[in-house]
Amino acid sequence: MSASIPSWQPSASLKQLQQRARIVAAIRQFFAERHVMEVDTPLLASHGVTDLHLHNFVVHPTPPGPEGPLYLQTSPEYAMKRLLAAGSGCIYQFARAFRDQELGTWHQPEFTMLEWYRIGFDHHQLMDEVMLLLQQAVGIGTENILKASYGQLWQQHLQLNPHTVTIEELQACGARHDLAISAVDDLSTTDWCELLFDRCIVPELAAMPIVCVYDYPSDQAALAALRAEGDETVAERFEVYLYGIECGNGFHELTDPGEQAQRFAKDNALRQSKGLPVREPDSYLLAALQQGMPPCAGVALGLERVLAAAWQLPGITATQAFSFI
Amino acid sequence: MAQYSTNDFKGGLKVLLDNDPCSIISNEFVKPGKGQAFNRVKLRNLLTGRVLEKTFKSGESVPAADVTDADMNYLYNDGENWHFMDPSSFEQISAAAAVVGDAKNWLKEQDTVVVTVWNGRPISVEPPNFVTLEVAECEPGVKGDTVSGASKNAVLETGAEVKVPLFIEQGDVLKIDTRTGKYVERVKG
Repeated sequence: MSASIPSWQPSASLKQLQQRARIVAAIRQFFAERHVMEVDTPLLASHGVTDLHLHNFVVHPTPPGPEGPLYLQTSPEYAMKRLLAAGSGCIYQFARAFRDQELGTWHQPEFTMLEWYRIGFDHHQLMDEVMLLLQQAVGIGTENILKASYGQLWQQHLQLNPHTVTIEELQACGARHDLAISAVDDLSTTDWCELLFDRCIVPELAAMPIVCVYDYPSDQAALAALRAEGDETVAERFEVYLYGIECGNGFHELTDPGEQAQRFAKDNALRQSKGLPVREPDSYLLAALQQGMPPCAGVALGLERVLAAAWQLPGITATQAFSFI
Repeated sequence: MAQYSTNDFKGGLKVLLDNDPCSIISNEFVKPGKGQAFNRVKLRNLLTGRVLEKTFKSGESVPAADVTDADMNYLYNDGENWHFMDPSSFEQISAAAAVVGDAKNWLKEQDTVVVTVWNGRPISVEPPNFVTLEVAECEPGVKGDTVSGASKNAVLETGAEVKVPLFIEQGDVLKIDTRTGKYVERVKG
C-alpha cells in the first residue's frame, strides 16, 4: 500500500518519452530495411499459457461478448506463430504483454514486448541480428560484447557442468556463495540453476553492454528446439543480458506439434502438483504447428528493460508513460 | 501464530527469522531465467542489530513477530535495571542494562523514549534524537575562546562524557545529538 496519493504526472520525463519514440522509429526502420513485416495480434485470447511460472490475467466477458473465460496474453508468441504457419513470412511486433503476480523494479504487470521471427534462421543468426538491432537502433553495445554458451559460463565461473550437475552439487554451490535461501529443500534443479546463474554468474557480466547466452539445459527449453550434443541434450534457447539485466529470450523454435503438446501436458502436470489452475493447451497453436510452421528463430525483448539498460536507469518505471509503483 | 507472505513484505514489517525478531529493510522481486520468482530481502535483526539478507521463494510465508514500539517515560535505574512507564496505561516495564545500551548516556527522569517490546520483553530503547543535559563537571571555561576550535571533556548529569568547546562551564545546559554522541550547541536557560 503506498503512503502517498499517486500523482497524475507521467512516470517518464518528456525527454525520455521523446527518446523512446525515436528508438521505436529506428527499430521500425531496421525492420523495414530487412523486409520484416509489422503485425498486430490481439491481446485477448481464448487460451492462456501452461508455463508454470507465468500467470495470465483472466477476463470474463458478458454477453453478447464472446464466450469466456478469455486471457490477456503473456506474449504475442502463439498468435505470431499462427501467422507464420499461415505463410506471413518474417514478422515483428511491438506487443503489450500482461503478467499477473509480477511487480517490482524490473517488473510491471503490463509491458511492451518487441518480438520478431526470422524464417530459416537458427538461434545464432538471430542473436547476431539482435546485437545489430541494439547497436544500430538503440545505440548500445558497439564494443565489449560477449556471446557465450550457458555451459561455458558455468564452467568458467562456478566450475560446474549445468547439463549434468546434481542437486547436491547445486545446493553446495549455493551454500558456498552465501545465497541465504530460505526454503533450500524446496527448490528443484531448474530453480537452483536459474538462481545460481542469476546470483553468481550474471553479476560478473554486468560491465558488458550486451551478453548473449545460448544452449540452455533441456529442462529450461520452454518453446525451443532440442539438439543432441554428444551424451547431452541442449535447448536451442538464448537470453540477452544488457549490463547484467535480463532483457530478452529467444529460441530456435520448436516446430513439432507432438513435442509441443507433450510440453504443454508436462507443464499442466506440474501446475496440478503445485495446486495451480490447469490451463487448457492452445489448440489453435497446435493446429497451426500441425499444418506446418516453417523452421525459424524468434526472440522477445522487453522494450522497457532495453531502454532502462541503455539509459543506465535503476529500473523500468521511467521508461514508460505511466507505471505502477 | 500469524504469518506474512512475501506479498505482504514492506519496509518496517516485523517477522521472525530463525526465531529472532527482524525488521524488513527492503524487498526486491526477482524472477531469474523467467522461472521461479523470488524475493530478495534485507532485514535487521532486532536483537543483534545486524543487517542480513535472505532470499525467499515468492509466496513463501514467514511467522509475524510480535514486536511493538511504545513511547514510554523513563523513571529511574538501580544500576542493573532501567524502569519505564507507559504514560497512557501506567504499566511499568524494566529493561536490563545490556538492552538499554548506549541510551543510558542520555536518559533524564521523565524523558520520553521509544521502547521496542517483543513478546512482552523489551529488546531495545531508543532515546530522542536530541536531548538537553546539564554539565555536571568540566574544567573552567576560557572566557572569550569561542573560535579556537579546541575542545575539552565534560561530564553530563547522566554520567556521559562528551567533547565540548573550551568556553563551556559547569552548569551549562547542552543540546546533544544522541545518534552521534556529539555536542550540538549550548542552550539558554
